[in-house]
Amino acid sequence: MKLLQKTKSDIMALVACLAVYAIIQTLILTDVIGPFWQLNIVLIGINIILVVSLNLINGFTGQFSIGHAGFMAIGAYVSAVLTVKFQLPFIAAIAGGALGAGALGFAIGLPTLRLNGDYLAIATLGLGEIIRITILNISYVGGASGFMGIPRYTDFTWMFAFTVFTVFVIKNFIDSTHGRACISVRENEIAAEAMGVDTTKYKVLAFTIGAAFAGVAGSLFSHYFYIAHPASFTFMKSFDILTMVVLGGLGSISGSITAAVLLTFVSAALASYPEWRMIIYSLMLIILMLYRPQGLFGNKELSLKMLSRWTGGKKHGSTQGN
Amino acid sequence: MDSSSLIVQFGQQLINGISLGSIYALIALGYTMIYGIIRLINFAHGDIYMVGAYAGFFATTMFKFSFIPALIFSMAAAGVIGMVIERVAYRPLRNAPKIAILITAIGVSLFLEYGGMLLVSPQPRTFPVLFESEVYNIGGMVINSQQVVILVVSLLLMVILTYVVNKTKMGKAMRAVSFDTEAAQLMGIDVDKVISFTFGIGSALAAAAGVLVGIYYNSIDPLMGIMPGLKAFVAAVLGGIGSLPGAMLGGTILGIIEALVSGFWSSTFRDAVAFAILIIILLWKPAGLLGKNIREKV
Repeated sequence: MKLLQKTKSDIMALVACLAVYAIIQTLILTDVIGPFWQLNIVLIGINIILVVSLNLINGFTGQFSIGHAGFMAIGAYVSAVLTVKFQLPFIAAIAGGALGAGALGFAIGLPTLRLNGDYLAIATLGLGEIIRITILNISYVGGASGFMGIPRYTDFTWMFAFTVFTVFVIKNFIDSTHGRACISVRENEIAAEAMGVDTTKYKVLAFTIGAAFAGVAGSLFSHYFYIAHPASFTFMKSFDILTMVVLGGLGSISGSITAAVLLTFVSAALASYPEWRMIIYSLMLIILMLYRPQGLFGNKELSLKMLSRWTGGKKHGSTQGN
Repeated sequence: MDSSSLIVQFGQQLINGISLGSIYALIALGYTMIYGIIRLINFAHGDIYMVGAYAGFFATTMFKFSFIPALIFSMAAAGVIGMVIERVAYRPLRNAPKIAILITAIGVSLFLEYGGMLLVSPQPRTFPVLFESEVYNIGGMVINSQQVVILVVSLLLMVILTYVVNKTKMGKAMRAVSFDTEAAQLMGIDVDKVISFTFGIGSALAAAAGVLVGIYYNSIDPLMGIMPGLKAFVAAVLGGIGSLPGAMLGGTILGIIEALVSGFWSSTFRDAVAFAILIIILLWKPAGLLGKNIREKV
C-alpha cells in the first residue's frame, strides 16, 4: 500500500518535471526567453545540482564541507579533457568528470573526515584551494589562462535531465537505509556508532556521492561556457554554494532547490547594477540569517500538505510562487 | 649557485619571511582570540585588515597624519567597526546554529569588500611613503627600514597584548569567558562586554597589520584582505587555535615557509603550500603546535 502511494507520488513528480520542462523549452524555442535568461536558467540548474549534492554532505550527514568548488573544478576539467583531447561523447565525459571528482572525494574524504566541525571546514576549504592552484599550474589544461576551446554541448535539455537525475538519486539515497544511516550520523555520531552504524563508511559515502555530483555540475558548466578557468572555482564559489544550502535549510532538498533558484535569480536580476549587486546580496544574506537562522525551510520538505496549510491558514507562503 | 650565495639567499628569504610572518601573526592573533571566545571563524577578519589599511591611507593623505598617529587612528577606527559588526551581526545569533553565524560572517565579509569597492573605488591605491626608506646591507643580505618598522611595531603590539591578556582585569575576564562562558557569566562577568572588547582588540591588531602592509607593499585595494585573512587563519590553526603564543609562532613559521617557497621554488605554489601545511597539521596534530600544552585560550 505504502509502495503504491510512493509510486504514485513519483509519477506525479515526473509529470510535474515534464510539464516544467515542456513549458520552459517551448518558451526558449519561441524566443520568449532571451539568451540572458537562458544562460541563467542553465546556471540555476547547475546550482541546483551543486546545492543538493552539498546538502547531502552538510545537511543530511552533518559534515561541514566548504570545498565543493574544488570538486566542481575536477569535473569541469576532466570532462573537458575527455571531449577536447580524446573526442569522447559528452555523456561519457560527464561520467568521467563525475568519476574523477568522486574518486578524489573518496581519496580526500577518507583521511579528512576524521576531523569534525570547524576543522573539517577549514581542511576542505584548503583542499579546494589546493585543487585550484594545482590546476593553475598544469599547462596541459591551459594553466592560468584557462582551458579554452571547449565545445558547447550543454543545453537546457541536458541541464534539465541531469538536474532531475541528481535530485532523484539524492532524494532516494536519503530515503534508503544508507541515507537513514547518514542522518543518524548527523543527529548523534556516538549514538549511531553504538547502534552499529559504520559512521566512517557513511561519512565517506556521502562525501563521495556529493563530490561526484559536483563533478557532474562542473562538466555541464565547462561545456556551456566554452572555457574552464581556475578563477571560476575559488573558495568564493564554495561559499556561494554553502550559502544556498544554508539559506534553503540544512537537510531540505526542496529548500536547496528554492534557494538555488532564488539566489541565482536575484543575482541575475541585479546584473545591471554591478556595483550594488554584491552589497545587496551580502545584506540579504546577513538579514536572512538574523531573522531565519535555520534557513527558509529548516529541515522540512515542501509538500502538498505544507502548501495546503499555508493557503488554508495564514498566507505567508509568497516565496513559493514559482 | 655556490654555497655561500645560497646561504645569503636563504638568510634574505628568512628576513622577508619574518616580516611577512609578523603581519600574518598580527591578523592571526585576532582570529585566534575571536575563535577562542565565541568559537567563530570570523571570515570578515581579513576584511577588517583591509578597512584598517584604508583608514591608515586616509589618515595620512587627507588628515596628513604621520606614521604613529595614523597607526593609532586606524587601529581605533577598525576597533570600533569590529565592535559594531559584533553587536549588529553576531550578537543576535549567539544561540543560533554555528553555521548560521558562519554564513553571517561570510555576508559581512562580502559586504565590507564590495561596500569598500563602492566607497573607495576598486582601483588599487598607492600608499604614501611615511618615512625615508633606508637600506641596510648585512653581509649581502638586505634589510630595509620598512621591515624593521614592521618587526618593531608587531613585537610591541604583541607585548602589549600579552600584558593586557595576562595582567589586567579585562584580560582575566577574557580568559575566563573563553574557558567557560556560562561559568564566567555566573561569576558576574559581563560576557557581552568582554566579547565586544575582544572584537575591538582583534580588529585593532588586524588594522595595524593593514597599515604595515600598506607601508611594505605600497599598494592597497578592497580585496586585499581575502588571501591574508585565510592565511592568517592557517597560521592560527598551525600554532594552535585559541593560543596567543601559538598565533605568533604560526604566523612567523607560515611567513618564513612562504618566503622560502617563493624564493627557492615557485611563487605560484606558495598558497598551495600554505594550505598543504594546514591539512598536514590538522591530520597530524589537530590542536596545533602549541594548542595542547599551553591552555591559554583567549
